[in-house]
Amino acid sequence: MVSVLCRLFGIAHMEIAEDIVSETFLAATEIWSTKGIPENPTAWLYTVAKNKTKNYLKRDNLFQQKLSPEIQYHAAKMEEFELDLSVKNIGDSQLAMIFTVCNPEISTESQVALALNLLCGFGIQEIADAYLTNKEVVYKRLQRAKEKLKEVNVRIEQPDLTEISKRVDTVLITLYLLFSEGYYSTTQNTTLRRDFCAEAMRLTYLLTAQERTNLPEVNALLSLMCFHVSRFDARANQDGETILYHDQDESLWNKELIDQGKYYLGLSANGNQLTKYHLEAGIAYWHTHKEDTPEKWLQILELYNNLLIIEYSPIVALNRTFALAKAYGKAIAIVEAEKLKLTDNLFYYSLLGNLYTDIDDTVALQHYRQALLLASSNADKTIITKYIRHLTV
Amino acid sequence: MNDFLLIFRRDFTNKDAQPSPEELQNSIKAWQNWFGGIAAQNKLSRPLQRWDIAGKVVKSNKHVINGPFVEIKESIGGLIIVRAENYEEAVEIAQSCPILELGGNVEIRMASDPEG
Repeated sequence: MVSVLCRLFGIAHMEIAEDIVSETFLAATEIWSTKGIPENPTAWLYTVAKNKTKNYLKRDNLFQQKLSPEIQYHAAKMEEFELDLSVKNIGDSQLAMIFTVCNPEISTESQVALALNLLCGFGIQEIADAYLTNKEVVYKRLQRAKEKLKEVNVRIEQPDLTEISKRVDTVLITLYLLFSEGYYSTTQNTTLRRDFCAEAMRLTYLLTAQERTNLPEVNALLSLMCFHVSRFDARANQDGETILYHDQDESLWNKELIDQGKYYLGLSANGNQLTKYHLEAGIAYWHTHKEDTPEKWLQILELYNNLLIIEYSPIVALNRTFALAKAYGKAIAIVEAEKLKLTDNLFYYSLLGNLYTDIDDTVALQHYRQALLLASSNADKTIITKYIRHLTV
Repeated sequence: MNDFLLIFRRDFTNKDAQPSPEELQNSIKAWQNWFGGIAAQNKLSRPLQRWDIAGKVVKSNKHVINGPFVEIKESIGGLIIVRAENYEEAVEIAQSCPILELGGNVEIRMASDPEG
């Protein structure tokens, strides 16, 4: 709804759009709590929003404020004005909004926060919970980002083809981060995390549904998300403790999502560009095979090799070395692992702990103890402590 | 950190010096893992670029001759740029290059600063 209104008003007036939407929902809470929920709540909300918009435009006109040409234009047509809240226009507006929010002028961090707020409708409190920070920080971040957007005063419209190819990288990074925020977030709030992932998938799906943005890398990203989310139910126990991949109950993996992942992976195998999303989707695909086969780990290793060549990241370097151990044995992997020298990374030490287990348990224990010193989250501490206990009994 | 050019050379022309198809097949994995290992240390400055094996040489008299060079049998199979502190570290990386198993060698050149 915010997207549709922003598109109508222009980004400089996004507060008005947000106000109208929150007033609408406020009205809903008040009226629904006394009169009960109407038969068709969505239609009710849309009608109220439409009326509020009309009123706003009228008022604006009446007081002869300094109107932007856009609103004037719309106000002039007041009589035949109709707020288009059809599914198609909502989709189009959201798509246009994705490209507006993912503006290279603002930091990636702020893009994610803006997307969560404007596109996915998460409140400041929820965003603060996810980032384990307070409301003020999020509020300031959002304000700054909105100011910036106004400053550049971008028009909310779907960019043309050349603009899409330039922008789509930024959009995918933001959607990827939005997804990761849900998938890897340290917050204990599982519902919220699921919602973040679902929203990231919805927006990515929106891109695949449009011809101009239905690009191979977009399908690769969606495939990757499907594969990851398929394991959501299996990765935590009832107490919310993390269950690592090799301990997961395979029957809890969502087959339907795995199939969807395969479907989009197939669609991504187009064009001549191999992006990091393709490689990560490939890795995630192989992880949907629970059984350890030599082929599985050789394939995963090859994908990690290529991923590192495209873009280095410490966590990928560590995962690559783990795959190397699975494919060629721990001895070879230890030599490679020790070259990484990621001495401020707890996962570096827990990898070394894993590799040295059964080869030299004393050294393994030293590494796990070092990892424990570096661990800050309870989830990490619990897992490492388990390994240490396992080695000391 | 400096950039070092690693040039892989071997004899691609002499029939007797060619690896068997099986050796080549195994070598592909070794190359991939070697590159992956360097990238995992964040020392890969520029990924591999394949080059045409034969190539051409423009002589000082502007005549063009077909490669590879007649004087030395080897030609460049490929090159990468890695990050290393010094020649010692670059040599260490190069010593595990799979071209050595195929009878080739690696030439190492440190990038020189044009101002320096």
